[in-house]
Amino acid sequence: MRTDKKKRLADSGWRIVLALTALVAGAAAASEAPGGVIKPAHNDITNLASLQRGARNFVNYCMGCHSARYVRYSRLGTDLGLSEQQVIDNLMFTGERIHDTMRINMRPEDAARWFGTPPPDLSLIARSRGTDYIYSFLKSFYVDPSRPNGVNNLVLPGTAMPHVLWERQGLQEAVYDGESDAEHNVVHKRFKEFQLVQPGGDTPKEFDEFVRDTVNFLDYIGEPMQLERRSIGLRVLAFLLVFFLFAYFLKKEYWKDVK
Amino acid sequence: MSATVPSPQSGERSRLGALVDWIDARFPMTRMWKEHASEYYAPKNFNFWYYFGVIASVVLVLQIVTGIFLTMNYKPSAADAFASVEYIMRDVEWGWLIRYMHSTGASAFFVVIYLHMFRGLMYGSFKNPRELVWIFGMLIYLCLMAEAFFGYLLPWGNMSYWGAQVIVSLFGAIPGIGESLVEWIRGDYYISDITLNRFFALHVVALPIALIFLVIAHILALHEVGSNNPDGVEIKKVKGPDGHPVDGIPFHPYYTVHDTVAVVVFFAIFAAVMFFAPTMGGYFLEHANFEPADPLRTPEHIAPVWYFTPFYAILRAVPNKLFGVVLMGVAVLAFFFVPWLDRSRVKSIRYRGWLYRGFLIAFAISFLALGYLGLKPATPAYTNAARVFSVVYFAFFFLMPWYTKADQTKPVPERVTYHAH
Repeated sequence: MRTDKKKRLADSGWRIVLALTALVAGAAAASEAPGGVIKPAHNDITNLASLQRGARNFVNYCMGCHSARYVRYSRLGTDLGLSEQQVIDNLMFTGERIHDTMRINMRPEDAARWFGTPPPDLSLIARSRGTDYIYSFLKSFYVDPSRPNGVNNLVLPGTAMPHVLWERQGLQEAVYDGESDAEHNVVHKRFKEFQLVQPGGDTPKEFDEFVRDTVNFLDYIGEPMQLERRSIGLRVLAFLLVFFLFAYFLKKEYWKDVK
Repeated sequence: MSATVPSPQSGERSRLGALVDWIDARFPMTRMWKEHASEYYAPKNFNFWYYFGVIASVVLVLQIVTGIFLTMNYKPSAADAFASVEYIMRDVEWGWLIRYMHSTGASAFFVVIYLHMFRGLMYGSFKNPRELVWIFGMLIYLCLMAEAFFGYLLPWGNMSYWGAQVIVSLFGAIPGIGESLVEWIRGDYYISDITLNRFFALHVVALPIALIFLVIAHILALHEVGSNNPDGVEIKKVKGPDGHPVDGIPFHPYYTVHDTVAVVVFFAIFAAVMFFAPTMGGYFLEHANFEPADPLRTPEHIAPVWYFTPFYAILRAVPNKLFGVVLMGVAVLAFFFVPWLDRSRVKSIRYRGWLYRGFLIAFAISFLALGYLGLKPATPAYTNAARVFSVVYFAFFFLMPWYTKADQTKPVPERVTYHAH
C-alpha cells in the first residue's frame, strides 16, 4: 500500500537533486547580476605595513560584531612583525591573553535578535568569498531609506550589515541607467555608478586604501601560512630538480645495456 | 682480491647472508623479492603511459601516511570537525602541509588513475589473459570513488554537507527500498553527526583496507600473467636460452631507476600545485567548503569535485530520475565488461584500425566534455550537449563488439619494437 504521503517521501530525495540543480542554475544567473560591481581588490599579501594597518582596521571596525575565532593574537605578532607588547597595546582591548584566539563577546542569540542573522566569523571569509568580493562589498553600501539601517548593498542586496564605515566613506547613492516611463519610474534599471552625497572623513583614495588594507588582512588570516608555503615550495622544487638530474643520469647509466 | 685473505667486508656479508638464510628458511623473503622485482621480467618497451601504475601506488602510500597524521588531530564530530581542520591548518606543526598533501593527493589520485585506465584501453591491457588484472583494477577504482566520497564529508564544510546530501539521496531513486536505504546509509533522517562518524570509520578503516588488499591482488594477478606493453605482444612467447623473455628486463634495477625519474617529475608537478595553488582555483578545494556545514543554507553552486563530474553530467542529462541513476551506474560498471565486449584479435591501438581508434578518441573527448559540463550549471544548451556526449560515451561500450570485430587490424610483430635510448 502506497499512500500519497509515502509517495512524496520517496520522491523527496530526487526533489532535492532537482532543486539543487535548479539552484546551481539560479546561482549562476545570480552571480552574473552583480558582476559589474565586483572590482578586483589588488591587495598585496607580502606588504607587511598594509597587513598591520589591516589588523588595526579589523580590531577597530569589524571586531565589534565579527570574530576571527581560528586566529591567534600571538600568531599575528609573529607573522606581522609585531612584538608581543605591540600586539597587546594595539590589537587587544578586552583583557584577552596573547595566545587567545580573536573571539568576541557578543552572543550569537543576541546577534540574531539584533541583526536578524548573527554576523559570520571572518577567519575564512577571504577563502569562501574571495578578496574581490569583500573589497567590492565594503565599497558598495548606498543610501536606501526602505532598509532598517538606511543603507543597502549592491553586492549583497538586503544585507543585515549596517554601513559601519560611513564615517570614513561618507554616504553614497546608487545611480542607475535606464529609461523612465510616464510616471517617472525608471525601467530596465542598470547600475551606472555611485555618487557621494555626504563626504566622510576619508578622501575616496584614503578610503580605498583603508578597505584594501582590511581585505589584505582578511586574506592573510584566511590562510596564515600562504607566504611561508610559497617560499618552501620554491625550495622543494629546487631540490626536486637536483634529484631529477641524479635520477635521470642513474637511469641512463643502467639502461646502457638494454639493447 | 685474494680468496685466502678474507676481508672484513666479506665477513660482514656472510653474517648478513646468514641472517637472510635464517629468514628465508622461515619466510619467502628472497623468493618474493626475485618473483616481484629482481627476476620479474617486464617488457623493455614501456612508454610514457606505463608510468602511472607506479605513480598510483606512490600516491596511495602518500594518502595513507598523510591520512594517519591527519587522524591524529582531526575530530570526527559535527561540533568539532570543521574547527579541527582549521586547527590542523593553523596550529599543528606542518599541519597545513599534511592537509594540502592529502587534499591534492585525492585529486592527483584520480588524474593518475584515469590516465592509467586510458592506457589499458589504448594497449588492450584488459584482454586475455589479463581480464582479472582489469577487474581488480576496476574494483580499486570503485573503492577509490567511495573513499573519495566518504572523505569529502569529513571537513564538514558546507559543500561537504550538501554534496553528501545530494549523492546519498541518489539511492532514494531505487524503487521500493530507496528511502529506507538512504536512511540506513545516513543512520539518521538527515546528514548528521552520526553520518559523519560512520563515514569517518569507512574512510579511515574499511576502505583503505579494501584498497590495500585489492592493490595487492591487482599486482599479484599482473605478475602472474606478466605485463602488457605498447605493442600488445606477449613477451613470454619468445624466450632466450636462460628461460627469460628476450624482450624482458628485470623490473629491478631497470624499471626501479626508470620509474624513479617519473616519480620525481610527478612530485614536482604535485608540489607546484600543492605549494602554489592548493585549491586549484576552487576545483580541488571548493570555496563553499571554507564555510562550516549549515543544514539550513545550501551553497550557491553545488557541483561534485571534478573527478565525479562526468558521471554527474550523465545523471543530469536524463529527465527520468530512476533512469538517470541507473545510467550513471551503468556508466561506471560498463568498464568491467570491456574484456568481453572487445572482440578484436589484436591488443594494441598500434595494430588496430581506425574504427577502434576513432571510438576511443571520441570516448576520451566525451569523458572530458562530460566532466566539464558536470561542473557547469544545467542550462538547456549544456544539458543537450551532455546528452550528445552521453550517447557517445555509451556507444563506445555498447557498439564495441561490433566495431572491434569489423575493424581492419594490422599484423602484429613477433617481437616488441624498441629503439635503444
